[in-house]
Amino acid sequence: MIELVQHLINGLSMGSIYALIALGYTLVFGILQLINFAHGDIYMVGAFAGFYAIRFFGFAEHPSWLALGVTLLFAMLGSGCLGWCIERLAYRPLRRSPRINALITAVGVSLLLEFSGQLIFGADPKFFPQILIFDGGWSFGELKLNPLQILIFLISIALMLALDWLIFRTRMGRAMRATSFNPECAALMGIPTDQVISLTFVLGSALAGAAGVLVGLAYPKIDPLMGVLPGLKAFVAAVLGGIGNVRGAVAGAMILGLSEEFLVGYGAPTFRDALAFGLLIIILLFKPTGLFGIKRAEKV
Amino acid sequence: MSYKKISVQNRFFTAYFMGLLLSQWISGCKPHALSLSQGNVREPSAQNQATIRVGEVSSMTGSEATFGISTHRGIELAFEEINQSGGVLGKKLQLMTLDDQSKPEEAATAATKLISENQIVALLGEVASSRSIAMAPIAQNSKTPMISPSSTNPRVTEMGNYIFRVCFIDPFQGEVMAKFALNDLKVKKVAVLRDVDSDYSTGLADYFTTAFKKGGGSVVIDESYTSSDMDFKSQLTAIRAKKPEAILVPGYYTSVGLIARQARELGLQIPLLGGDGWDSPKLVEIGGKALENSYFSSHYSTENTSPKIQTFVSKFRQHYQANPDGMAAMGYDAAMILADSMKRSKTLSKQDLREAIATTQNFPAVTGNITLNEKRNAVKPAVVLKIVDGAFHYQTTIQP
Repeated sequence: MIELVQHLINGLSMGSIYALIALGYTLVFGILQLINFAHGDIYMVGAFAGFYAIRFFGFAEHPSWLALGVTLLFAMLGSGCLGWCIERLAYRPLRRSPRINALITAVGVSLLLEFSGQLIFGADPKFFPQILIFDGGWSFGELKLNPLQILIFLISIALMLALDWLIFRTRMGRAMRATSFNPECAALMGIPTDQVISLTFVLGSALAGAAGVLVGLAYPKIDPLMGVLPGLKAFVAAVLGGIGNVRGAVAGAMILGLSEEFLVGYGAPTFRDALAFGLLIIILLFKPTGLFGIKRAEKV
Repeated sequence: MSYKKISVQNRFFTAYFMGLLLSQWISGCKPHALSLSQGNVREPSAQNQATIRVGEVSSMTGSEATFGISTHRGIELAFEEINQSGGVLGKKLQLMTLDDQSKPEEAATAATKLISENQIVALLGEVASSRSIAMAPIAQNSKTPMISPSSTNPRVTEMGNYIFRVCFIDPFQGEVMAKFALNDLKVKKVAVLRDVDSDYSTGLADYFTTAFKKGGGSVVIDESYTSSDMDFKSQLTAIRAKKPEAILVPGYYTSVGLIARQARELGLQIPLLGGDGWDSPKLVEIGGKALENSYFSSHYSTENTSPKIQTFVSKFRQHYQANPDGMAAMGYDAAMILADSMKRSKTLSKQDLREAIATTQNFPAVTGNITLNEKRNAVKPAVVLKIVDGAFHYQTTIQP
């Protein structure tokens, strides 16, 4: 019984990490209908931006909440700027060309980031300093809880609610939805679509940067290829929940985290990655819009 | 005219899969070197060259980068010493190093390139068994002697009579940890957590299990992970439920650091046991306090007071301002044995060099006297190190 509950806790904490990355994925897709394959790599750059910020300010010796806040800020700034540059230089020039061009460019940007990361940061894994230390964790008898897991879980839920609020309750969100619905029409109505798209991108990338720091705290080993697998898994989570749907992304991530945990804990640890991509195939075959997705028809 | 209605999503998923295919294609398409057939390999005219070229394939980048860099430094140091004392047969040794990014397929490509383009006389490398196994058939087919400094999986030298190693093999290393666990730690119930991506890790786990059971112990649970995993809590939770007295984690240092942390988070305070894949300063950097009082087997200890080891350690420190780990010592030894064999060889043809390496007897190396047996493996003792206050301390030596 204790084992089961522990697995449940582990699964939810893994799920909230996927959720953090999936939120950015789904946000960008929701507005641009572009699957940004570079998202996982922006997450990696975020982790490294945090890493260098920690080094610069010497937070490794003085762990505190302030250190976490400042590191998060720098990571989000770094990855946000990177997101803006990518959008401006790689995707905007292709906005009027067929979608497949943008998609392939995204794959290109992803590879570019991964391998320039190896050049700039070095390819060996680095230790991410522990800038927030909880003493010993909480235990309830045999059950162990790491406060960091709870923090990540709460942050991912909070971010989900904030994004939901942004998209459905603010003027900015209305502009985003309008741009998503029909960019030409939105532009005719006086919405600065380019700016809206840029902002969406920056926001999605900043989310990825925050995820990078939080994951670095929980699993303190970062390297330039760390974004590849979590990026793909988060994509699966986003598709599972219905890509473009903020709540769906979090739900999908939790489902993925939990099912991986139980699969690994009760039998087949080596099928962890196969499970995620198996789920992707099944969901695309039977419910391509995802669990919470809405089918949209396109007029030709 | 008929109007087609396609859901937006469908289009995107088609596109997604095309993208995925494309990315697979791109990564599969790295310049895979020309396949080597016996005929078109130019026999290296080592006699006519001004220097003797030796190839090295190393994991200078990637997941086991510190292993590659340490080995490379060891080899570099050895070559420098040899060249300063006049080289081999009046010629200088020239080291040509290629990086394999810690990937087996890249190791094979690099070996092919060194052999076919750079006309090397002998090949040094790799640390990881999976990558040595990928390189070995290429060296064997072109009849180039290859010496692996520290690949411990038995299959490496079984690939052919041109493949050698200067370290002990995993059946012995597994036995060492099994004996140590039974006799020194006095534990009877052990859990195993192996990396299924690595020939080294699965091999070591198997040999340990066999030896441990023979000695009267029992392996209560055998879990596995893949090297790209970062979360091991599910496996560790399953392990915790079986209440073992120690966990064997025969993986590489990058994963082991994370495993140790997560084990402590789950309240597992039992010692972790490992092999020479742990022997890197990065291990304690990533694992931190979680690794205290854990043990692993390795090739040598810098704390050993034998003059041979102390001279090597001080020379290495002087050169690189770092402590030589086991991999650095093994790289140094591999290069020294190669140079010694060259001196004993009749000519510098690959065949004669092979004969000379095969007859290495009692060579006084840093990590102990090395004799290569008929299976082209070194027979020598292993040490067990204990992690205390983030440093590796000598615990005991176990003879073969």
